[in-house]
Amino acid sequence: MLNVDFAALVKASLFSVAPDLEGEAIDPDVPFRDQFEFDSMDFLNFIIDLHRRTGIAVAEPDYSQLASLAGAVRYLKSQIDSQGAE
Amino acid sequence: MKSGRRITYREAVREALREALVKDERVFLMGEDVGRYGGAYACSRGLLEEFGEDRIRDTPLSESAFVGAGIGAALGGMRPIVEIMTVNFSLLALDQIVNTAATLRHMSGGQFSVPLVIRMATGAGRQLAAQHSHSLECWYAHVPGLKVVSPATVQDARGMLWTALCDPDPVVIFEHANLYNDEGELPGDGDPAVDISRSAIRRAGNDVTLVGYGGSVKKALTAAERAASDGISCEVIDLRVLRPLDDATIITSIAKTHRAVIVDEGWRSGSLSAEISARIQEQSFFELDAPVTRVCSAEVPIPYPKHLEDAATPQVEGIVAAVRTVMRK
Amino acid sequence: MIEFRMPSLGADMEAGTLLEWLKKPGDAVKRGDIIAVVETQKAAMELEIFADGVIDRLLVKPGARVPVGDVMAIIRSSDTASVPAVKEPIRSTEPFGGLDASTVAPPSALPSSSAGQELRITPAARRRALELALEPASLLPGPDGIIGLQEVEAAGPGAMPTRAKGIANAEMRAAIAGAMARSNSEIPHYYVSSTIDVSRTMTWLAAENAKRSIADRLLYTVPMIRAVARALTKAPELNGRFIDGHFQPSTVVNLGIAIALRGGGLIAPAIIDVNRLSLDEIMQRLRDLVARVRGGRLRGSEMTEGTTTLTMLGEDTADWIMPIIYPPQTAIIGFGRVADRPWITEGRIISAKTVTVTVAGDHRVSDGRAAATFLNRLDQILQEPDTLC
Repeated sequence: MLNVDFAALVKASLFSVAPDLEGEAIDPDVPFRDQFEFDSMDFLNFIIDLHRRTGIAVAEPDYSQLASLAGAVRYLKSQIDSQGAE
Repeated sequence: MKSGRRITYREAVREALREALVKDERVFLMGEDVGRYGGAYACSRGLLEEFGEDRIRDTPLSESAFVGAGIGAALGGMRPIVEIMTVNFSLLALDQIVNTAATLRHMSGGQFSVPLVIRMATGAGRQLAAQHSHSLECWYAHVPGLKVVSPATVQDARGMLWTALCDPDPVVIFEHANLYNDEGELPGDGDPAVDISRSAIRRAGNDVTLVGYGGSVKKALTAAERAASDGISCEVIDLRVLRPLDDATIITSIAKTHRAVIVDEGWRSGSLSAEISARIQEQSFFELDAPVTRVCSAEVPIPYPKHLEDAATPQVEGIVAAVRTVMRK
Repeated sequence: MIEFRMPSLGADMEAGTLLEWLKKPGDAVKRGDIIAVVETQKAAMELEIFADGVIDRLLVKPGARVPVGDVMAIIRSSDTASVPAVKEPIRSTEPFGGLDASTVAPPSALPSSSAGQELRITPAARRRALELALEPASLLPGPDGIIGLQEVEAAGPGAMPTRAKGIANAEMRAAIAGAMARSNSEIPHYYVSSTIDVSRTMTWLAAENAKRSIADRLLYTVPMIRAVARALTKAPELNGRFIDGHFQPSTVVNLGIAIALRGGGLIAPAIIDVNRLSLDEIMQRLRDLVARVRGGRLRGSEMTEGTTTLTMLGEDTADWIMPIIYPPQTAIIGFGRVADRPWITEGRIISAKTVTVTVAGDHRVSDGRAAATFLNRLDQILQEPDTLC
C-alpha cells in the first residue's frame, strides 16, 4: 500500500466512533483520552473500525501503541511494512 | 437571430402540417372533417385552400377504411398523415393499426415497412362523457412495431411531426384536446424538428420525481409549484415518448430524489403508470425511499357532469397530495 | 379497557412531555411494544406497553406535558386474564421480583429496538444505514412506523445525539445534580471498600480476547459486570428498591451501568436480568446501551427497572470512588481503575493487577456486613474467572 494517508484513515475511524469530533483539531501526540472523552468502549469501537478499513487486527497487548493519532499512524505503517516485507 | 414567438398548440400543429406538405410532395393529410371543415379541432384550417383536394382528403366516417387506405398509401410510397378524430374512434381501426401497420415489417421479413403517421386527439375534461373521453395511449404503447409520442408543449407539437414523418415505421401522435388552446414559446430560429426518443425534464428538483405525459404535464408543473411552497422540490419529467419509454431519464432522476409520483390520465389498472412503476422498481429498487405513487383516473367510465368528470380524472390537488404522501408529510 | 398512564421514569419525575406516538388507534400492540416517546429532564425515553391489545384512543397530543400517573391512551385489551397493563407503583412489601424478567420487554437478539416488530425500512434507507455502519434495527422509525432516509440521516454521523427535540445538556446536568443532592440528603450512606487482586481475571480475559475475532472482543467491564451480578445474589439487601418506607428486594439483578454522556453528565440505564445473559450478550447489551445513551434513545424500563448500579472509573483516572446511590435503589458499587500495584501473596511482594471496589449502601436497609459479604463473594468469583462464563 503506497501513498496511503494513514492519518486520514485513523481520523476517519475516530470520527465514525465519535462523530462530534469531526472538524475539531486533534493533537497528534496527545493520547485521545487526554484530549477528549474517549473511553474503553470508544477505543474498542475505534480498533474494530480500523480493522474494517485496513484488515489489521490490533492485538490487545498493542493497544497502548495506538493511544494517540501519531502512535496509531506509526503502528499501522509498521504493520503494513512488515506485511510487505514477507 | 429571431427572438422566440408565442403561438397556440393548435397553431403549432397547423404549422407543422403545412411545413410537411410544403417540404415533401409525398405527404398528404386524410381524415374526417380535415378539409372543408378545417379539422375537428381546427388544426387544418386553410390547408385545403392552399394545397387542394389531392393533398387534404376528407374521408367517410369509417376509421377502419381510411386507416387501411393510409396503410396502403404508405406501402405504396406515400407519406400519409392520417387524422383519427379522437382515440375513442380509433378503436374501430385497431385491427388495421395493430395487426397490419405494426406487423407488416415483421411479417414481410423486412421487405415492407409502413411509414404512416397517425394523429389522434385524446383525453377528458370537456364533458364529452364516457365514449368520448378515453386516454388509451397505453394500449398503443403496448404494441411492438409502433412508436407512440405525446407532445405536451407547443415546441413538441411543432417539432415532432416532421421527425415522425421521417420515420420508416408507423408513429402514433397523441394530442391532448385540452392543450390546443394553450400558448407556448417557440424558439426563433433553427430547425423546429425535435427528437422522438427522449423524455424531457421540465422542472429540476431534488425531493420527488414527478412523471407525466400529454395533458398531465402542465398539471404536474402546477402541482410542483404548490409543493415548492411547502418546501418540497419536485423534478417534473415530461415523458414525450410513450413507446419506447426513456427509462434512463427517469432512473437518473430517482437516483437523486429517491421518490416517484406518476401522473397518468389513463385508468389505473394496466395503465402506462403501472409499466413505469414496474421499470422503476426493477432498476431503482435500492434507491427508493417510498413506494412509487400513482395519480390516475378512477376506475369508472368518465362521467359527464363537470364535478364528477373532475373527480374522476387526475387534478392538481391530487398530485400535490401524492407528493406529500411520498414525502411522508 | 386498559388505561395507559404516564409512568415515573426517574426518582423525582413529576411530568413528562409527549414527543410522539409510535402507534395509532386501531394498531394492535403486544407486551413490550414501544408505543410512545416522551421527554424527561434527563433524556427522551421510549415507553413500552405491558399488555396485549388494540389501541383504542390516544388522549394526549404530541407536545403536551403529562403529569406522572395521568392517562395517555386507552387500549382495548385482548388479554383474557386481567393483567396490570401499566407499571403500577409498587406498594406491597412483597419481593420486588413480582414483576419478573418475563414481563419486561425481553432483550431480543441485538441490536434491539421495537421489540418483536417487523422492520419497515425502505431500500434506500437500508442501504444508507449500511454505508453509515448503522444497524437498521437500532434506528428509530418515524411516526408512521417507517424507517426512511430521514430517520437514517438523523441517526448518522454529523447528526447531533438525536432526540426528537434536543435537550440541553445543562438541563440534564441540573436534573442529575438535583437527584444526587436529594439522594445524598435523604439516604444515609455508608461506605465499605475492598481492594481485589484481579490478575487472574485480566489474564483470563486477555486469553479469551485472543481467541475471539476483533468484533467479538469483550471489554474488561464485562467480566466485572458478571462477577458483580453474581455476587449480589449473596447480598440481597444491596439489590432492590426502597419505596414508601419499605425495602423490596429483587429476585433478579437489573444492573444499572453508569455511562458518561458526551459533554458531561452520567446516566445509568439498566441491563435487565444480567445473570441470565452470556458474556457475549452482556457485551452486546453494553454496546447497545452506550450507543443509545449517546443517541438519546433509551427505554422507560431501562431507567426504572434498575435494582442496583455499577459505576466504573475508566483507565487512567483514579484509584477509588465513593459513589452516590440512585434512588430508589439501595446500593451502588464503584470500581476504581485496574492498575499494577504492589501486592502481598504467600509472604512475598509481587506486582498484581488490582482494583479498589467501594460499596455504598443505604443504612436504612443494610449495614457494613452486607457490603463486606458482597465484596468477599466478589473477590472469590474474580479469583476463578473460568466460572465467569
